[in-house]
Amino acid sequence: MPETRTAARIAVRKTYKLYIGGGFPRSESGRSYVVTDHKGRFLANAALASRKDARDAVLAARKAFGGWSGAAACNRGQVLYRVAELLEARRAQFVSEVRSAEGIPARQAEAVVDAAVDRWVWYAGWADKIAQVTGAANPVAGPYFNFSMPEPTGVVAVLAPTQSSLLGFVSVVAPAIVSGNTVVALASEQFPLSAVTLSEVLAASDVPAGVVNILTGRVAEISPWLASHMDVNAIDVSGVCDAKLADELAVAATGNVKRVVRLPVEDWTMTPGIDRMLAYLETKTVWHPVGT
Amino acid sequence: MSTMTGPGLFGSDLRRFLHGLPGVDRVGAEARAAMLASRSIKATAKQWALDAAISMIDLTTLEGQDTPGKIRALCAKATGPDPADPTVPKVAAVCVYPDLAHVAAHELQGSGVRVASVAAAFPSGRASLDVKLADVEHAVSAGADEVDMVIDRGAFLAGDYSLVSEEITAVKQACSPAHLKVILETAELFTYDNVRRASWLAMLAGADFIKTSTGKLTSAATLPITMIMLEAVRDFRETHGRQVGVKPAGGIRAAKDAVRYLVLVKETAGEDWLDPRWFRIGASSLLNDLLMQRTRMATGRYSGFDYVTLD
Amino acid sequence: MPMFEYAPAPESRSILNIRESYGLFIDGEFTAAADGRVFKTISPATEEVLAEVAEAGSADVDRAVRAARRAYESLWSVLPGRERAKYLFRIARLIQEKARELAVLESLDNGKPIRESRDVDIPLVAAHFFYYAGWADKLEYAGYGPQPKPLGVAGQVIPWNFPMLMLAWKIAPALACGNTVVLKPAETTPLTALAFAEICQQADLPPGVVNIVTGAGETGRAVAGHPDVDKVAFTGSTEVGKLIARSVAVAAPKKKLTLELGGKAANIVFEDAPIDQAVEGIVNGIFFNQGHVCCAGSRLMVQESACDDVLAALRRRLATLRLGDPLDKNTDVGAINSAAQLQKIRDLSELGEAEGAQRWSPPCELPARGFWFPPTIFTGVSQAHRIAREEIFGPVLSVLTFRTPAEAVEKANNTPYGLSAGVWTDKGSLILWMASRLRAGVVWANTFNRFDPASPFGGYKESGYGREGGRHGLGAYLDA
Repeated sequence: MPETRTAARIAVRKTYKLYIGGGFPRSESGRSYVVTDHKGRFLANAALASRKDARDAVLAARKAFGGWSGAAACNRGQVLYRVAELLEARRAQFVSEVRSAEGIPARQAEAVVDAAVDRWVWYAGWADKIAQVTGAANPVAGPYFNFSMPEPTGVVAVLAPTQSSLLGFVSVVAPAIVSGNTVVALASEQFPLSAVTLSEVLAASDVPAGVVNILTGRVAEISPWLASHMDVNAIDVSGVCDAKLADELAVAATGNVKRVVRLPVEDWTMTPGIDRMLAYLETKTVWHPVGT
Repeated sequence: MSTMTGPGLFGSDLRRFLHGLPGVDRVGAEARAAMLASRSIKATAKQWALDAAISMIDLTTLEGQDTPGKIRALCAKATGPDPADPTVPKVAAVCVYPDLAHVAAHELQGSGVRVASVAAAFPSGRASLDVKLADVEHAVSAGADEVDMVIDRGAFLAGDYSLVSEEITAVKQACSPAHLKVILETAELFTYDNVRRASWLAMLAGADFIKTSTGKLTSAATLPITMIMLEAVRDFRETHGRQVGVKPAGGIRAAKDAVRYLVLVKETAGEDWLDPRWFRIGASSLLNDLLMQRTRMATGRYSGFDYVTLD
Repeated sequence: MPMFEYAPAPESRSILNIRESYGLFIDGEFTAAADGRVFKTISPATEEVLAEVAEAGSADVDRAVRAARRAYESLWSVLPGRERAKYLFRIARLIQEKARELAVLESLDNGKPIRESRDVDIPLVAAHFFYYAGWADKLEYAGYGPQPKPLGVAGQVIPWNFPMLMLAWKIAPALACGNTVVLKPAETTPLTALAFAEICQQADLPPGVVNIVTGAGETGRAVAGHPDVDKVAFTGSTEVGKLIARSVAVAAPKKKLTLELGGKAANIVFEDAPIDQAVEGIVNGIFFNQGHVCCAGSRLMVQESACDDVLAALRRRLATLRLGDPLDKNTDVGAINSAAQLQKIRDLSELGEAEGAQRWSPPCELPARGFWFPPTIFTGVSQAHRIAREEIFGPVLSVLTFRTPAEAVEKANNTPYGLSAGVWTDKGSLILWMASRLRAGVVWANTFNRFDPASPFGGYKESGYGREGGRHGLGAYLDA
């Protein structure tokens, strides 16, 4: 019997979960919160991450650090380029999400998504060049060969920009992982959905599990746990609008002498400099005698 | 010279000799092993290799839960790997714990498959020499043709090469006329330089075979490690006139890997070592993969687990 | 009679789609030469004809340069770096996708073993395009000033020993910096360059950005000598390099030039070297790619105290080298690229014997058809022998000895060439001491013949000037 198609088709809605250790768990707290579009209409329930989710994410990031930082730089570059390929393939989906979240016109949303893809490609190309731009052979006095090389600092916590749900998010995560760091990122509280879709892209590309972990939830609840975590090496608080909270986080970060990044950006479409990348690099200097 | 009665080198002389051996560059060694692993072995060459690999297997069970029943089943598999195909060669030996060696000896009597027993406080190597020697004597009196002993890795890493050497010599005396395989437990030695030194130490002390691993640690035999050991036995025969065998063990599950090891033997030590007398593979599940590959070559179809026997 | 005889393991040719004839790739399209001239390219392993290829005359070269100029002015030099980057990333991906096809084609046309083209050449080609793609939008960070500009049209002439890799070394940085190119591949190995032209089409690269003009010496002269070419890049023999340098110096002084020429590298083995790896390094240094390598370790300098042991190990190792069909996956040594090159190698080897050196080769069965030369060692060689001074460009190793590090350096540097050198020792400070004193653009320590797009490569003295690879490799294509 032929199907009748008189009623409108019901869509199968996506469930938005956390991205930790390469998997998509719900919050261990079982909580969620309502995400609305720019007109206040219901979009989805996003997972409301707890401090335990943050703890698990840091564990996953630490576990992934050895392999990711030990990979050849050109390998990281190719993995990041592959992410760009998949972002491009999902262009329409991202445009639609950015539009409904931020309420910007179609043209502008497309420009933002294109910029996010190109930004990702820009960072991909940096992987095997950072050492050449920041490293050096140092002309010390005496018969020694002396060279300085950049190395990734470790696990980086990132509090993503509140307004720019995709381009801003890409711009604070990519510079950390390109050089071998692993990341725990808290997406924009108000506009988290693009970040979750990005996590699906990461899972489908060759990014190893745990290199990027994405939490959704309340910045005031989660950020202090990341800022005080003794196994997090650096934290980017630029996305925290509340100045008082940002100060508290910076103070908490001193507990294990974290590298703290406070580089707020007005216009994410401007080409970034390399200061974000450099912030997550240590410099190792090696001496070796020269002689028979 | 067919047997060594003692190392002839001890104390600081032994240390100087071992530390004076040429070093191994890890990157270069691994590149060479990887290149050899890329050899493409097809058709008649593959047929020969599969059968050769089967004939070189020391079919092994070393579990706390081993029983006489398990040993009997293993021995049946060893003497007739494929009940449907009598052209399949027998394996070289069955390898068991000393207290079950008598079961294996009974089952394998007259078959040509040898009885190998681990001994000397396998797998840790942590016991007094008296206990180790008693373990060895027990295995031999139970009917073992071959004894696989572990070296004291703690003593080796602490630099007490003389102690390691003396233990090997004592075990060699205690197990004679059975052949002695000396297990270096290469994963615990960590560097290739140590693998080279331990190989030479074992050979100088009288080993008939040098073996990579107990198979009880997660990382076991690898191609580069086996290559270093093959270089050692090649050079030892050159300088001391005695041929010593090599046995990689642990982690070798795929027929493809077994074939890679044979390529390694051929292009490192040479064809003189391509014989069960001088090369063994310690394995258990490998045999079934070799049988499945053999079937595929004969029938042209991929085989399945229902068509090989469980032991 | 060996027990374990490797059966033939041929890589299939069915993956290939070689056309009967190829035109010149100018302005995005394949066209015949203006005067219709063609030449044939053969497989050096079997002497079979593979394809007919157009031979570019000066009118064709002129048309190619004009297309490159137009593409440069109207598009490529004004396109933002991030868009140029994406074209190059596309090309890199296409090369990866077609990797097996390109490797088989390279082995067929050049004679090198499929294992090498598959595991070394083609992966490096893709890697070069990936690496330089990433520089296209970051030139302000490369150390050449805040807004470095391209030069314009680059005329590039490459040799037959690593056809597609040499193409990648030339085209990738040139395009990344915003230049357009006219490239002439070697006359005995045009096919992978023509396959690359098809890849440019698949990538939708704008017409005129890359132009491939096939031909021989005449075509090369036309490319290097064209008045509207801003930059000439040449890899090949020192003899031809000098001719080009002369013409550039006199006729068009404003042309920029880089040269990568011949070499006679010393591969220096000290008594404390990791011997087994050193032997691999010696073999790799001179028998990889049949010795058709400008940076080949063609002079083995072994410390006298270790000489006997090293040579014994080397001879034993050479007996396991497999010479034969380049498309067999187990072949280690392939065919010599041409009859002409084979004759040169034979002549110089006869000279070596005449000079009094002792010649040795492992037993080796040479196929009846094709161009073949067995791996060969000359011992008892001294610096005064011609086989120690002249580049043979074949699988022939000259063995000399030395006593001290100072003597090794002196002898290693005692040559008009200066492309590369190898040092084998367990002592770190000795490596660095030797490296600081060897007059060579590339020093390999405890390894040999390692290449990477991030690593600058080029020579001292008569091995040429300019560097390819790394941040330094951008300098050749920027107006800085």
